[in-house]
Amino acid sequence: MSKINNAIHEIHQIDTLSLRNQWVNQIHPLVKLVLTIIYIVLLVSFHKYDVAGTAGMMVYPIVVFILAELSFTDCLKRLKVVLPLVCFIGILNPFFDKNYIIVSGIRVSAGVLSMITLIIKGVFSVLASYLLIATTSVDKLCCALRMLHIPRAIVTQFMLMYRYISVLLEETERITQAYVLRAPHQKGIHFKAWGSLVGQLLLRSMDRANEVYDSMRLRGYQGDYGYLRNSLIFRWSDALYFLFWIGILVLFRLFPVILVIGNLIGGFLI
Amino acid sequence: MHMADALVAPAVAGTMYVCSAAAAAYSVKKVRLDTDTKKVPVMGIMGAFVFAAQMINFTIPGTGSSGHLCGGMLLSALLGPYAGFLTMIGVLLIQGLLFADGGLLALGCNVWNMAFYGCFIGSLLIWKPIMKKGMSKGKIALASVLGCVLTLQLGAFSVTLETLASGITDLPFGAFVGVMQPIHLAIGLVEGLITAAVLIFVYEARPELLFCSSEEENPDGKLTFKKTMTVLAAAAVFIGGVLSLAASSFPDGLEWSIERLTGSTEIEGAASGIYQTAAAIQEASSVLPDYAFKGSETVLGTTFSGIVGCLVVAVICVGACYLFKFFRKNKKA
Repeated sequence: MSKINNAIHEIHQIDTLSLRNQWVNQIHPLVKLVLTIIYIVLLVSFHKYDVAGTAGMMVYPIVVFILAELSFTDCLKRLKVVLPLVCFIGILNPFFDKNYIIVSGIRVSAGVLSMITLIIKGVFSVLASYLLIATTSVDKLCCALRMLHIPRAIVTQFMLMYRYISVLLEETERITQAYVLRAPHQKGIHFKAWGSLVGQLLLRSMDRANEVYDSMRLRGYQGDYGYLRNSLIFRWSDALYFLFWIGILVLFRLFPVILVIGNLIGGFLI
Repeated sequence: MHMADALVAPAVAGTMYVCSAAAAAYSVKKVRLDTDTKKVPVMGIMGAFVFAAQMINFTIPGTGSSGHLCGGMLLSALLGPYAGFLTMIGVLLIQGLLFADGGLLALGCNVWNMAFYGCFIGSLLIWKPIMKKGMSKGKIALASVLGCVLTLQLGAFSVTLETLASGITDLPFGAFVGVMQPIHLAIGLVEGLITAAVLIFVYEARPELLFCSSEEENPDGKLTFKKTMTVLAAAAVFIGGVLSLAASSFPDGLEWSIERLTGSTEIEGAASGIYQTAAAIQEASSVLPDYAFKGSETVLGTTFSGIVGCLVVAVICVGACYLFKFFRKNKKA
């Protein structure tokens, strides 16, 4: 599958997932958005050598992942962009951080610890974002953004952009496929065709933008877009869900829960 | 050049959010959306165009590799700095949320590194002065290449500063800059050439679409440059100040870290500080203190506790989820 087809597939997949009737999907989008941001902030705030603390933050992705009944392989695919970057930055730490910490009598390189923490942070933060977008439709997300007073201009163009990405990706795929068929054994677009190929797509997009605007005007668009705001009701269960997770996350952030549980179990085992 | 959430510390992310939000608020004000309702749909579709165009591989002559379009400079040359900046925010948000390229927390950094430099610097300090006395193919090519190279260099330098201020990497500043800048110089050159090719095509076909192609499309007058410089200077001072504070609050030295972890600057053996801290908190919170396993200083240590703790928490989470789902299913039935 080509890169463009992959992107189209991913967008359709996210759309399908977010429109399912799962319990997590029904939670108010504002709750999920704020919770995701808080989770990521707490996650990255762990010290770079605090592997156990960072690992403890697995609680949120594991629980939401199971409740939302998401595919594990799809989730792993999401890591393909972030993981190489994070690993590249992290893998250099053991070379530059020559110090070590003695843990349980074992000499552990501080650089290795910071590398592990960085990778865990990278994986969990991507999973948290994925859980948000896989359980919340873009329309609902836009509504949550408006509730957070993000300017209308940014939110509306974000939504329109999302809606038209598939259309333009399909058009790009057609154009590039036609080019590839005419120019076999060529890795990309030849420099002589750079301007005309993308330029044509650009002009078509501009024309399309004008057509979209005209059709929006004909349907009564006057600068504001009717979001789902009125159809979204904030329920008690949303508040409880939010408070539950805030409590758990703060607990895991402030106390070494993982080590305490480990010690307790260890006490039983010995 | 997208930064991931894991690469930024909350203080740095917050600072960059404030800077990017200030630029966004200023842009929203300048775009005058209340009087021009057409701008938002055009911005949305142009954002989608940039996203689609980024997927195209461009062969780099003389090499076996291919390049991509980034879009900041292209958007600002078409929509102007303010609308271009807002559009880039949308592009980066979609990349971060849908394709895990970037992230919610790092969005402020990414907007600054890619959208702010690409749109504000590229458009107001490079494109606009060059096009002041009329447009030509040569000028478009010069502005595109210069704009892309300079804005990517600035962006890459910001990535270095933000990562180092976040205390994420132990790479020395010089080495990090030495890696980032040359790579982005090459990327900037290629991106500049692609942008130039596209903009020259637009110039030949529909020149009226380009920013600064007529006086009407450039309503901000002579003060824009001055204002931009003022905003830039203020932002530079702000970022310099706050980032340096953030950096100083995250000293990279191992002593500080070990002191925090062990309670003393000296590294001791198995009686590791992590265990002591955990035990102290455990005792203080009276969570069955007698059950904390004895003799752990010599037999089992923090590593074991950490692994066991992780496994137990994972099992509890999974078990709780399935119980929850089981009861919900029964309730529905």
